[in-house]
Amino acid sequence: MSLLIRGARVLDPASGFDGIAELGIRDGLIDHLGSGAPAGAYEETLDAAGLWLMPGLLDLAARLREPGQTHKASFRSEIPAAFASGVTGIVLPPDTSPAIDSPAIVNRIHRSAQAAGPLNVHVLGALTKGLAGEALSEMGALKQAGCVGLGNAYAPLANSLIARRALEYANGLGLTVHVFAQDPALSNGGCVHEGPVGTRLGLAPIPAAAEVAALRFWISLVEDTGASIHIGRLSTAKGAGLVDSAQRRGLPVTADVAVHQLFLTDEDVDGFNAQCHVIPPLRSAEDRDALRDAVRRGVIGAICSDHQPHEADAKTNPFPQTEPGISGLESLLPLALRFASETGMAPLDLAARLSSGPAAVIDADAGSLAAGRPADLLLVDSQARWRLQAAALRSAGRNTAFDGSEMHGRVVRTLIRGQTVFSA
Amino acid sequence: MNPNLQITPDGRLRHLLTLEGLEPALLRQILDKAEELDAATQGPEKKLGLLRGRTVINLFFEPSTRTRTTFELAAQRLSADVLNLQVSASSTSKGETLLDTLKTLEAMQADMFVIRHEASGAAHFFAEHAAPGVAILNAGDGRHAHPTQGLLDLYTIRKHKGDFRQLTVAIVGDILHSRVARSDIHGLRTLGAKEIRVVAPPTLIPAGIEAMGAKVYHSLAAGLDGADVVILLRLQKERMLGAFLPSLGEFHRDFGLTRERLRHLKPDAIIMHPGPINRGVEIEGDLAYGERSLILQQVQYGISVRMAVMALILGAEA
Repeated sequence: MSLLIRGARVLDPASGFDGIAELGIRDGLIDHLGSGAPAGAYEETLDAAGLWLMPGLLDLAARLREPGQTHKASFRSEIPAAFASGVTGIVLPPDTSPAIDSPAIVNRIHRSAQAAGPLNVHVLGALTKGLAGEALSEMGALKQAGCVGLGNAYAPLANSLIARRALEYANGLGLTVHVFAQDPALSNGGCVHEGPVGTRLGLAPIPAAAEVAALRFWISLVEDTGASIHIGRLSTAKGAGLVDSAQRRGLPVTADVAVHQLFLTDEDVDGFNAQCHVIPPLRSAEDRDALRDAVRRGVIGAICSDHQPHEADAKTNPFPQTEPGISGLESLLPLALRFASETGMAPLDLAARLSSGPAAVIDADAGSLAAGRPADLLLVDSQARWRLQAAALRSAGRNTAFDGSEMHGRVVRTLIRGQTVFSA
Repeated sequence: MNPNLQITPDGRLRHLLTLEGLEPALLRQILDKAEELDAATQGPEKKLGLLRGRTVINLFFEPSTRTRTTFELAAQRLSADVLNLQVSASSTSKGETLLDTLKTLEAMQADMFVIRHEASGAAHFFAEHAAPGVAILNAGDGRHAHPTQGLLDLYTIRKHKGDFRQLTVAIVGDILHSRVARSDIHGLRTLGAKEIRVVAPPTLIPAGIEAMGAKVYHSLAAGLDGADVVILLRLQKERMLGAFLPSLGEFHRDFGLTRERLRHLKPDAIIMHPGPINRGVEIEGDLAYGERSLILQQVQYGISVRMAVMALILGAEA
């Protein structure tokens, strides 16, 4: 099978190329990027004038709820939603049920996901057995089974000694530890940002210090051990500042942000809006602006969906008793595009935060349009404007904080290994 | 979500969830109505027929004697039929959701639910899901709001001190966990109180409370200085042990109202407390029922104020 895409504005963050070009695909791989391709050499030609062609999105945090929570969502419901959103790869956090702490579960996930579609499913292994925070998981076996990193999801570690040993052991295997930076004692069961809005609503607070203290702790362990960490879902201005200074000192610290954190603030929780109940919580406008700045400057190298689909009942309760999370897969690209147009960020930089940036975190063969790379890519009409409707989401989770919000860009086609997995 | 969930399009009270956002005129209307009902129930015949045939369900997910009793009395004095339901958190966690509970009880053709729940936002939740003819009256949701307590505090202050614009009000104690403090602050601010102070050690002051219009004091002497009204809050002893306070004795030493400390207040200042009081913690025992204290009057006013709210909400629909 071979395909030539002509006339698109090609954004290739790996090489820094941004311009109108032809892209050829043969046998699942990109075999040509440039001009002057012999049209006759391809079985099919696609005219993509006016569209952007970029690497498929690699989403560093998407819970597809399998195994264990199929009443919320499943591979069968979520993988088509990913395709329709230009997402060609995802990273699954280890807090499935059971947790991803053995090769058997990793294999089971790969098998069931593959049966639902050719999405590149990457798996994070549990850092500790059962995510209980007490004993190291069998990291070597998890690596061999294909885990691209380790993490403990939202579950706390028993103490700082376990944290240090886990980091050392993972480092010995060359695995990056994905950290959720929120001190459990300081968060104290809270559900909103500590500040005037949370105080007025009487909701239990999670202070910004919970993130800052955890970050300082992890960064000091990196200094000690030389191990590399990735900070998932950064939420505060001070946190972004700490990551920035760690990177300036040459420490192997990367970070991502959930796309909703670039738009929403604690004010959006007002009126007890359970769709805005997320962890880490939506923070102040100053925090949001600092996160935006850190994304622009590349301190935050990846934007993710933090996709957490829920059944309707999970959000049908008084605010503190609702389950946190947003069904975010389908708003990742359109919000990221809106972010770029609002901030004037270069399209090439945006493409980097969505593909090559996350690919670097997990060392995946993704985020590049060079000849010889897998043809995982998408065509998007970046000028399209539309309003998201919760009821129209493909995901089984209709829990979005963006119902009725303006979205930028529509995916026209998504390809994985040269195969069209979505076409508008 | 509708920001005016508790107000009808023509500006009347539909539910009572919080004092936040209520217009001064509406607050005054409730207080006036309470005054009228207070006068009407002074004689031996205390029963009025305003809510005859209406059904009020007291739905309490948290234990309460005092508040539930005053709501019950208020509804009975308006001739409503009253049903008291004490729901334990465990029974709702065994499958029936809160929404199921509400819908089941609505099917019994209740006109009003008086709801107390441990979660902030519970009253909003019920109001969002209530059927069109059903009113929700918040009897306390988490740390968020206790609007009828706030109203009865306003009523007490207006009756005994008059014009809010001349008044400095000090709220003392566990502000952090207090729905009463939040409702008092909203109400006092709306009615134009000159100064609202919150007085507590830093561990019991929530972040950003200044944005609600309160001044923060960490010294009782400074917080009481020149105050016209002092509202003491109940300290939940179980909750305090641990990291909020070194000990109850230490709290009493630094933040308890004693006869000696009355000198900081204005000579005609009044003392209030939502009850039940912890003698020897928030207040020296013999001050509780002393000549400055209105603690017992507050209980009585609480019935009239709750009658007023019920009458205005259900009366408005008739």
